[in-house]
Order: sequence, then structure tokens, then C-alpha cells
Amino acid sequence: MLTLLFDGVAYGMLLFILAIGLSVTLGLMNFINLAHGAFAMAGGYTTVLLMQHADLPFFLCVALAFLLTALLGAVLEATLYRRMYNKPHLDQVLFSIGLTFMAVAAVDYFVGSTQQLIQLPAFLKGRTELWDGALGMGHYRMAIIIVCAVLVLVLQGLLTQTRFGAQLRASVDNQQVAAGLGIRVNTIFLTTFALGSGLAGLGGALGAEILGLDPVFPLKFMIYFLIVVAVGGTSSLTGPLLAALLLGIADVAGKYYLPKLGAFIVYSLVIVILMWRPQGLFTRGKV
Amino acid sequence: MTTDVVLSCEGLVKRFGGITATDHVNLSVHRGARHALIGPNGAGKTTLINLLTGVLEPTAGRIFLQGQDISQLPSHQRVRRGLVRTFQINQLFDGLTPLQTLAMVVSQQLGLGGRWWQALGQGDQVTKRCESLLAQFHLLEVMDQATHELAYGKRRLLEMAIALACQPSVLLLDEPVAGVPAGEREELLQTVAALPADVSVVLIEHDMDLVFRFADRMTVLVNGAVLTEGTPLEVAANPLVREVYLGQGDTHG
Amino acid sequence: MSAVTQSLRLAAQPRWWSFALWAVLLVLPYALPTHALLISEITIIALFALSLDLILGYTGIVSLGHAAFFGMGAYSAALFAKHIHPDPLLGLAAATGLTMLLGAVCSLGVLRGSDLTRLMVTLGVALILQELANKFDGLTGGADGLQGVVMGPVLGYFEFDLYGQTAAWYALVVTLLVFIGLHHLVHSPFGFSLQAIRDNRLRAQAIGIDVNTRLVTVYTLAAVLAGVAGGLQAQTTGFASLDVFGFDRSADVLLMLVIGGTGWLWGGLIGAVVFKTLHSVISAWTPQYWTFWLGLFLVLLMLVGRERLLRPWTWRRNI
Repeated sequence: MLTLLFDGVAYGMLLFILAIGLSVTLGLMNFINLAHGAFAMAGGYTTVLLMQHADLPFFLCVALAFLLTALLGAVLEATLYRRMYNKPHLDQVLFSIGLTFMAVAAVDYFVGSTQQLIQLPAFLKGRTELWDGALGMGHYRMAIIIVCAVLVLVLQGLLTQTRFGAQLRASVDNQQVAAGLGIRVNTIFLTTFALGSGLAGLGGALGAEILGLDPVFPLKFMIYFLIVVAVGGTSSLTGPLLAALLLGIADVAGKYYLPKLGAFIVYSLVIVILMWRPQGLFTRGKV
Repeated sequence: MTTDVVLSCEGLVKRFGGITATDHVNLSVHRGARHALIGPNGAGKTTLINLLTGVLEPTAGRIFLQGQDISQLPSHQRVRRGLVRTFQINQLFDGLTPLQTLAMVVSQQLGLGGRWWQALGQGDQVTKRCESLLAQFHLLEVMDQATHELAYGKRRLLEMAIALACQPSVLLLDEPVAGVPAGEREELLQTVAALPADVSVVLIEHDMDLVFRFADRMTVLVNGAVLTEGTPLEVAANPLVREVYLGQGDTHG
Repeated sequence: MSAVTQSLRLAAQPRWWSFALWAVLLVLPYALPTHALLISEITIIALFALSLDLILGYTGIVSLGHAAFFGMGAYSAALFAKHIHPDPLLGLAAATGLTMLLGAVCSLGVLRGSDLTRLMVTLGVALILQELANKFDGLTGGADGLQGVVMGPVLGYFEFDLYGQTAAWYALVVTLLVFIGLHHLVHSPFGFSLQAIRDNRLRAQAIGIDVNTRLVTVYTLAAVLAGVAGGLQAQTTGFASLDVFGFDRSADVLLMLVIGGTGWLWGGLIGAVVFKTLHSVISAWTPQYWTFWLGLFLVLLMLVGRERLLRPWTWRRNI
């Protein structure tokens, strides 16, 4: 059971890194970006292709995935997303669904629809057993937990200790006042969106082995990201983190103990939670 | 307290986290009153209106309408009992025309709101009432234009017309002439002044001229609490009030 | 008659071309007998779109899972025909009853919360139903779908023929009846109160409208109509499969409304026709990559602005 917990935590941390960009985008720009999963997919495919064709080491590819996806995010924000900020949510939803469809079809066309396999470096393929096998920790999942934990600390530091973080928090709280104080809200939006997309790409690259990688990735996992954001809220880092961990553990445990019911339990739980507290489990006050 | 009190609240409190927006407010409005509610910005006047109409839930205290405790009553029920308000920032139905808006409100008020099989404005009652409201508020010429296309002055008139279409017995006006150009103010003010004598009116307003012209009673709200209450002359003569508004005295040094 | 009365009466009158269009539609299965199946299909999707417009265009509720009710209707009608009675109208009644229950329960989930919450809840319900239909494969046929649904004659007289003409007329008549009912509804005080809720929920509450009860009522009604569409689908094709609950279906019908225009009764029909035409034209061109062109269309349309689709002279202004 401890192993399940471990696996669930790894899955949850991964979901957090994948979804945090979505949470911040929603909280900052009030934009429902259903194409967020496409950035994750982009990161995954970048890593796979770089490893296959350029023969670069795994972690370097992951880092490059982060950078390239962040760049992609920045370009798209400045050219397309920016025009959609003040439109109604329905329009944003349809717009981002459109982008997702384009991404899915493009990947299918250029790379094909088969599952992509990542060759993990040798040191990640091992497994450490503790307490007579009660806790089995795959090295790959350990690496995920460590990388993600480090990222969480970095993000927290970025938010609380830097000027950028302060400006970001001010902009989330009240855009008009922030702009009035001289904060360049446009730059904040651009940087944040790029960062969020980059993190999604990083998550997609890092987690390709666990989550699988094929052209329908964005559509398959979009609901999970939405769950993390809806349940965890958009006003903190810890909310989505806890939501992601809960979701990760619930999903892993559910699939192990009650495989027949599958995702049914997760969806039902989410609906119940949202009906009980529409603003999410971890936010204070109204939506 | 005379039985002639139509709207009152006792010990009304509203807290948001650490902030006390409404601090043990007692208010009573008598029948036919022209009662002004004044106070500096942020004093909690709109919050009080929100509490009275049920948009916000009070932390403590009770509210009475026509002698009945309505503290737990949902806001749409309060409207049905005659407690109607207008909003400081126009809250209109941009996709409808003024005629459609008023016809709908009048139908709702006549109890025809749930009818789904009969077209809007089928009955003579509805059309006659719409005609008189549109005429009264000078909206006849624009009655078929989409609300989002209307000029600000007309929108403000519609804002008021909607409230009157509800046949209020107690009307809460939140800064009715806010943002209205000087030329169109008279139109609006005349309508307010012409309200029937048995409709009780509570008016939030910053314009002191208007207040003195209109009100027979004033309540001054500061930091969520009632500072003083009385006739306009009494309130104007009160040194505390002058201090709050004009900042006289060393306290603001 | 005063100007006011005139204006109101005029607004509630159906336009002459509404009658003309419906006359044409009703004649189509006779005029184009080889396309009868296509006519049924488009009519049924149009009815589905109409049901979504009731909550989306008229009441302002964004739903990504309306297919939940379509699917519920489809499986109810199919199972009813297979195990209880093959009469189509009774089957529709069964579909109506079950979707009414489901709709009423689900409506509680869209009362509170933000657009995102509503998206999640509606999406979640459709996914759950899809999962359930998948797991209970003894009853539903699971991933293979429910086959072999044989229908009795409509009103005991009109047999379903191989060409699908009866099916087309059946679908058209049901849709017409719904259309007429909805015409009355949207021009009634009730219908206008829905638009009021859409435009300004705060003010709707402040004029005495019981917003929550209205929302439950209209959401349940929309669910029932979607269920009727689903029931028609199962009855006219003799088949029900898991994709009736699919996200694709919910997204497609949303798209049709966007194309045809939300907030007016012909939007669903026009959108369905245009969408289907686009789909067959583009699929003939590049069969695999319909999704790409669809995506591109969506992106461009949203950038330009939905309401300007039907007014191409306004496109240059904002790009």
C-alpha cells in the first residue's frame, strides 16, 4: 500500500507541474485555456524527437522541452491569446478547443498516431525496495518527485521573494490597480503564460513514460488538469498542489483496488466536491 | 415605534473576514417617508442596501418589512412583498429592448411570469402599464432599441422604470442621478419627486442639494455605523457631521 | 392598436419565411428519397442543437456535456424498444421520463459556481454516463453498442421503410412540434425571463424572478429535448453506441450553434446543415484531417468574433 501511496504522490506531483500553468492563467487572465494539454504534448514530443534524432541525454532534452514550449507559449500569447482576454468564456473555450484540434491533427500528420516510447537513462530504470518490499520506489518516480518538489520550492520562492512574484500576485488580485501602480501587466501576462506553458511542456516530457504520449494526449488529460484547477482553486500554489496530490493518489488507488469502476469514482467525487464547494476545496470565499 | 414603520432593521451586522462593513445598524423607515442615507465613500451604504434586499446575508441582526421578519427570506421573495431597489451602476438586460424589459417585469409582477405558452404582452393590463411607464420615463421613442445601444441618460431612466414596474411599496434608490449629465437630471428628479405619497423611499445620495430638496429624514452612516439621525436641518447643524464631511477640527491634523 | 401593442404582437409572430422553410423541409423526404437517411440525421442533430440553445443561447449556461442527455435518451429508447415495447411514441415517452429525472438532478449542479465549475460538472456527468454504459455491457452492449433495435410502426400505421422516408418524416414532425412549442416559450414572459437571467442574473433576482427554480426548470426541459433527439436517433438508426455520450458530440453541437447563431430558433437547424455540409466537403478533400480544419475554423471564428460570422463585411475590422 505504501508503494501505491508513493506512486500516487509521484503522479500527483506530475499533475501539479502540468496543471499549475492552467491555474495561474485562469487566475491571472481569467482565461479558460483548454489547449494547455497541447503544450504538455509539445514538450513530450520535443523530448522524444530530440532523443531519437539528436541523441541528447534525457534530462537535457527535458530542459530543452521546457525552454522551447515556453517560447511557443510566449509567441502564441503575444499573437493570439492576447486578443481573447476580454471575450466571453464560451469564446475562449471554443478558441482553445480549436487550437487543441489543430495541434492534435498536426502531430498526427507529422509524427503519426502510435504511442511514443521514451528510452529512460539506465540509472532511472532501477527500483529501491524498503522494509522488505512494503515500499517499492521506482527510481524514475523518485526522480519525478524530486524534480517536482524542487520546482515547487522554486515557484514558491519566485512568488514570494522576487519582485516579479509580487507584481504577479498584485495583478492576480486586482489588475486595474496593479496597472495603476505602474506594473506592466502585459509583460506579466506574457511571462506568466510562457512560464506556465513551459512547465506544462516539462511535465509532458518528464511524465511521458507514465502518462503515455500520443496525439490524443491533450484531450485525454485535459479533464485531469481541469479537476486540479477547479478543485484546487486559482489563488494559491498550495491549493492546486493538494488537489493534484489527492487526485493522483485517488486515481492510482482507484485503478488498483476497484479497476472495474475506473475513472468513475474520480469523476463522481469531483462533481460532488464542486457542488458542495463551487469555489474549490482550497480557496477561501466566493468564486 | 409607531405601527407606521414599513421597513426597519435591528442590530444589523456584516463582517467580511476582519472588516466590519455594517456595525450594529438600527434603521426605521416610516410609511410615505423620503428618507436619505448619506455618508462618506466606503461608509457601507450600498452594503446596507444589499443586506436589506437579501443580496448579502447578515452576520447578525434582523430585518422587518411591514412588521414581518424577513431576515431569512430570499431576495426575490422580498421583491414580491414590495421591497424594490435600483442600482448605482445600471443593471440592465442588454440583450432586450426597453419595451421587452418592462413588459417582462410587469408580467412578472402581475403573476404572469411563469406562463410559457402565451406571448409577452398579450393582456391589456400589461400593455397599458408598459405604455404609461414608457411615457412617464420618456422611453417611448427608444422602446424598440436594444438596451445596449441606449445613451447613458436613457439607461438610467430605464433603471428607474424597471424598479417602478415592480409596484414597490418600499423603494431603495442607490444614487439615482449618479453620472447623469446635468441637463437630464431634472427629468429623473421630477420622476422621483412625483412618486406616490404612500410609496416609502430610501435614497442614497451624495448631492446635498438633492438631499435637502427631497428628504424629510436623514441617516448618516460612517464606517458602517449610524453616526446620527434626524431631520435634514438637525443633521446639518450637527457638529459631528460637519467634521466627518468637512474635516474640521484637530483630529484630522 | 397602440404602438406598444403593435410592437409586442409583431415580435411574437412567426416570420413568413419560417412557414416557407418548414414547408420545404417537410417535403424533402418526398423530393429527395435517396437522401432520406441524411435528412433524418440532420434533423435529429438540429433538434439536439435546439435543446442546447435553450440553455446556452437563451439562459447563458455553458455546457460541454449536453450529450449526457442525448445518450440517456438514445439508450432509454433503444432498451425500451428491445425489451418492453417497439412502439416509437411510447419509446419517446420513456426517453422523456428518464431524461427528465436525470436533467432535474443535474440541474442542481449548474446553479452555483463559475463557468469553469459548470463546464466541469457538465463534462463530468457525460463522462460518468459513458463509463457506466461501458461497464454495464450486459445491458448496453458496452463498446460494441446496442444493436438490433427494431421499431414498430409510428401511430400503429406508418411502417419504418428501408429508404428511411418514414424515419425522416417522423423526425421532422417531432422536431416541428418541438419548434412550435419553443416558439411559444421564447416569446412568452417565461422565455424573456430566461434571457434576463442570461443578461443579468443579479437584476433578474432583484425584480422578483426566482432564478434557481427557473434554471432547474429550463435545464430539465433542455435535457428532455436532448433526450427526445437521442431517442429519435436510436429509433431511426436501430442502434445505440457509446459515442452518443461522447465529448465529440457535445462539442459538435456547440459548434453548430456557434455557426448558426445562438439565441434564435433557426440557429440550430442552419448550423446543423452548414456543419454537415462543411464536414462532408472537407472530409472528401482530406479525410483524416477534418479535425485540423475544424480547429482552424474555430480559432479564426473566435478571433473575428462569433456574431460577425454572418456579416463578412465586418471581418476586416479586428484581425
